[in-house]
Amino acid sequence: MEERLPILQMKDIYKQFPGVKALSGVQFRLFPGEVHALMGENGAGKSTLIKVLTGVYAIDRGYVELEQKRIQIQSPQDAQAAGISTVYQEVNLCPNLSVAENIFIGREPRRLGRILWKELNRAAAKLLEERMNLSIDVSQPLHSYPIAIQQLVAIARALNISAKVLILDEPTSSLDRGEVRQLFDVMNKLKREGLAILFVTHFLDQVYEISDRITILRGGEFVGEYAASALPRIELVSKMIGKELELLEELPKLQAEAGDEGGEIVLEARSLGRKGAVEPFDLSIRKGEIVGLAGLLGSGRTETARLLFGADRADQGTLRIGDTGSVHTPRQAIDQGIAFCSEDRKGEGIIDDLTIRENIVLALQASQGWFRTISKKRQSEIAEQFIEALNINPPNPDQLIKNLSGGNQQKVLLARWLLTDPKLLILDEPTRGIDIGAKAEIQKLVMSLSEKGMSVLFISSELEEVLRVSDRIAVLRDRRKVKEMSGDEMSEQLVLKAIAGGGEG
Amino acid sequence: MKHHLFWPLTVLALLLLFNLLYDPSFFSIKIRDGHLYGTLIDILNFGAPLMLVAIGMTLVIATKGIDLSVGSIVAITGAMACLTISKGADQNALGLVLTAVGLSLALSLALGLWNGFLVAGVGIQPIIATLILMVAGRGIAQLITSGQIITVTSDRYEYIGAGALFTLPFSIFIVAAVFAAASLLTRKTAIGMFIEAVGNKPVASRLAGIRSRSVVIAVYLFCGLCAGIAGLILSSNVSSADGNNAGLWYELDAILAVVIGGTSLNGGRFYLAGTVIGALIIQTLTTTIYMTGVPPEITLVVKAFVVLVVCLIQSESFRKTLTHRWKTRRYPAEKELTRHA
Amino acid sequence: MLKRQHMPIVVTVALFILIFIAGSFRYTGFFSAQVLLNLLIDNAFLLIVAIGMTFVIVSGGIDLSVGSVIALTTMISATLLQDGWPAGVVIPLVLFIGAVFGAGMGAIIHYFKIQPFIVTLAGMFLARGLCYVISTNTITITDPFYTSVAQTKVSLPGGTFISISVLIALLVFAAAFYLAHYTRFGRNTYALGGSEQSAVLMGLPVARTKVGVYMFSGFCSALGGVVFTFYMLSGYGLHAIGMELDAIAAVVIGGTLLTGGFGYVAGTLFGVLIQGVIQTIISFEGTLSSWWTRIVIGLLLFLFIVLQKLFSSRQLLQKRRA
Repeated sequence: MEERLPILQMKDIYKQFPGVKALSGVQFRLFPGEVHALMGENGAGKSTLIKVLTGVYAIDRGYVELEQKRIQIQSPQDAQAAGISTVYQEVNLCPNLSVAENIFIGREPRRLGRILWKELNRAAAKLLEERMNLSIDVSQPLHSYPIAIQQLVAIARALNISAKVLILDEPTSSLDRGEVRQLFDVMNKLKREGLAILFVTHFLDQVYEISDRITILRGGEFVGEYAASALPRIELVSKMIGKELELLEELPKLQAEAGDEGGEIVLEARSLGRKGAVEPFDLSIRKGEIVGLAGLLGSGRTETARLLFGADRADQGTLRIGDTGSVHTPRQAIDQGIAFCSEDRKGEGIIDDLTIRENIVLALQASQGWFRTISKKRQSEIAEQFIEALNINPPNPDQLIKNLSGGNQQKVLLARWLLTDPKLLILDEPTRGIDIGAKAEIQKLVMSLSEKGMSVLFISSELEEVLRVSDRIAVLRDRRKVKEMSGDEMSEQLVLKAIAGGGEG
Repeated sequence: MKHHLFWPLTVLALLLLFNLLYDPSFFSIKIRDGHLYGTLIDILNFGAPLMLVAIGMTLVIATKGIDLSVGSIVAITGAMACLTISKGADQNALGLVLTAVGLSLALSLALGLWNGFLVAGVGIQPIIATLILMVAGRGIAQLITSGQIITVTSDRYEYIGAGALFTLPFSIFIVAAVFAAASLLTRKTAIGMFIEAVGNKPVASRLAGIRSRSVVIAVYLFCGLCAGIAGLILSSNVSSADGNNAGLWYELDAILAVVIGGTSLNGGRFYLAGTVIGALIIQTLTTTIYMTGVPPEITLVVKAFVVLVVCLIQSESFRKTLTHRWKTRRYPAEKELTRHA
Repeated sequence: MLKRQHMPIVVTVALFILIFIAGSFRYTGFFSAQVLLNLLIDNAFLLIVAIGMTFVIVSGGIDLSVGSVIALTTMISATLLQDGWPAGVVIPLVLFIGAVFGAGMGAIIHYFKIQPFIVTLAGMFLARGLCYVISTNTITITDPFYTSVAQTKVSLPGGTFISISVLIALLVFAAAFYLAHYTRFGRNTYALGGSEQSAVLMGLPVARTKVGVYMFSGFCSALGGVVFTFYMLSGYGLHAIGMELDAIAAVVIGGTLLTGGFGYVAGTLFGVLIQGVIQTIISFEGTLSSWWTRIVIGLLLFLFIVLQKLFSSRQLLQKRRA
């Protein structure tokens, strides 16, 4: 294959947000007629890069070239006009309008200002038929079709606005196998027609199935660009996950002695699952045990945790906690002694308007009800106790939590749950986006809690972290629990293999 | 950061200062028949129903809700009380008056429960859910009064809205009691914290184990009760019930008072004292306009501007437009998304 | 074939026919073309206002200022006519004022991202207050053009008649129907109500559409005000109090989703007619008093809101499943 010129090129892109380097020196090239996967874990900078391309963010340094001409994209409309179209996981169309309208709105065929519906519907049906191999009633409202079809409609709209570059941002996250097949057929067809496709997904199988090349980002930095055929799965995974060497050296090996096999079972899930979230899995956690959940972003880690906590309702299987019955709501889960720190600290964890003190006592108070009030004096004592124990900064119980750094917010949330004295603590990405010092403190805390008999379910994208704290590790891939290992089996190599899956394991 | 009462108090002080300069007799208080008389006392007395309704509204707004039906509830309870009393043989009988009050308040609680059920149980947006009672409520009030203005002659009933205790209007004591009860309940028990949590972050609150449904129902119940008490005061003050006009615009004035008092329409932190001051500002404004001889209807125009100014100040986009004029022209989407990043 | 999305409007039309038939069986003299036409004659202004409101609600907003804008229109018209201005100047002027008033509210809503409810509430206070600034009394209108329009009856076959106002209202209805279904502005309004974020990302002129919707509502309110002036032949600050609720109720009963994105102008017509026929029945009944209208409308509102809730949660379920 002769060397062609890239249609899109991004050079040395830098973007900084207050306190975060979102992108530093990122390169990206996209050729016509290829599917190029952009890979990276949380905070790698994928979504920032895409937002730069779609004109949502301004860049601090670097430049973007489209067909060898430097361009400035300042709004989604600019991007569209330049020929860069994006289709998101949550389809950004209007569900209340008809399929045909969604494709053509803003560019409807008109005569004297009057929209020609017949022509509109005919053109839409033709477009879908010819380019998407899709024949559906285009006069029906979009919401009457499944997400997969909606995505194809979104792609059709993008193509119709003369797309040269098509960005597909996690399009497959809510599709089933058949639907993914359908989407890939369309992608292959478009690729053959010369379209350049940037594809973001968390599913490794899909990456290898459809992509020609892969660009990996980690922590806002460019790791490399590879031909998909020349990059073994396991290498891809280790490049995505990376290592934080300094932390490894700094911390003593905390590896706890193997799990207490004889301990009573605190929680037991049998064939627990939820359609579209995670496939049925078995999992049991013993008293004082730390179970790690490893897997890539989107592999079903969070979904698993949410099912165990009753935040989402399982549609199959059973969940037994201690010797009592099942759990359907967070309230019931808490009453059974389960605590859950969500990965979405800002949206599902902290209550912005409340103080550190109030945020800490919230869960305990909610358990006690309206009138068995924890007095303000007692609240302050509790808060001060945790501020000291967890080294929360600023050490002022009456500071509003929204003014704290991420790490300190996380510690407050930990305090909230520790105060309820749970039997099982579920931590979803407790160390994400916080500095290394706080990270180490949280890891140590988790270990010491388990020594005191608390069970912990520990979810993290960072493999070293999971390996270091866990007695046992369950690995998830593509929304399925694929492996469970404990003791000496737990090595980085084995976990990586399980995460990567596929043939070359 | 300034104290949250700084701006409301400043505005109130400015209003009072204006009156002091315009006509010092505004502040004169006389004792006649052992009662205090004066403009300031009137403001407290006539402002009592609004303060009550606004206190209830504050808690509803703190849960990210709104209650448009309070005006109708005011009319319904007033009508119910007057009807009960007018049916009695001896309108002044203590038992009868107590029955009337009890019946009306029970009715207002039922109406609040209805709103709470629609919002928390059925899951209808608050503004829409309470619109139903706002529309139907006036009809219900007129149904109770048979479209007439019911007049009662009962000194005991009249005492609620026009009587005096320790030389002060009795209604002031009612407001003080409700205010104290609300403050105690929300600040000394956990309810206040739950209300703020639910209004601020509904999802996080659910995950923290708060039963948000009962919290929401409770605030609508309380709001209904406050409106009910306001309805009693209002109808007893004039010894009559007018299904058509009693409590007209109260929902709007109450929302205005809450917003002036510093509670955001987006829910979360609430300030009961701020609300009371907000209500006093509105009442003082009305009185001032009366006193200065400007046609009293101008109040509406002034209120319109107050609503706008307060909301503009609370609006982040407005503040941003003022500060980064130039940046908004480019990358319009960034400023909305950076907060997420 | 009957499409699922037409269900709400079918329910509304069926309900209207049902009520009308019930009335016809119960009262002599009810089943006549003129009774039907009277529904339009008595509610022409409500229809016009509710049509403007339909656009606002479809776009995902609400306009509480309509009643006050009607009052303001009657007031400005009456004073100017009293001062000897010709009707040919007064009418375009008040329509212009209404449109500008609406556009102003729309601009504040869009550019400062303040809830429509609160902005139009301020608009409601402002317009009502401005009435009183002009005068607190009723000003009667003696302008020959107005009085002749008020008295003109347009005869229809069968000895029935309608008023000029009905013609205006039907004209507005036809124009709005065209606007909603055959122009970009109309479709953008639906898109906006479906998902504002999507509308932005699809590159639709969101600002222009949103301001336009409120401008249209302001214009309709002013036109409704003009028609109301024909009906009342006076200007008064207390005219049309609570009209915003009637308009919202008509729109909702007409099958428009209060959350936006879904609804038909034709539904609103029947929403208005249902309100009218209920009023008529209550006046035929004689023993029932007028306040029953409000209660029944409140009940209908409740019924339709719960129906909407069921309708939209079914939609959501479908999306989840997919």
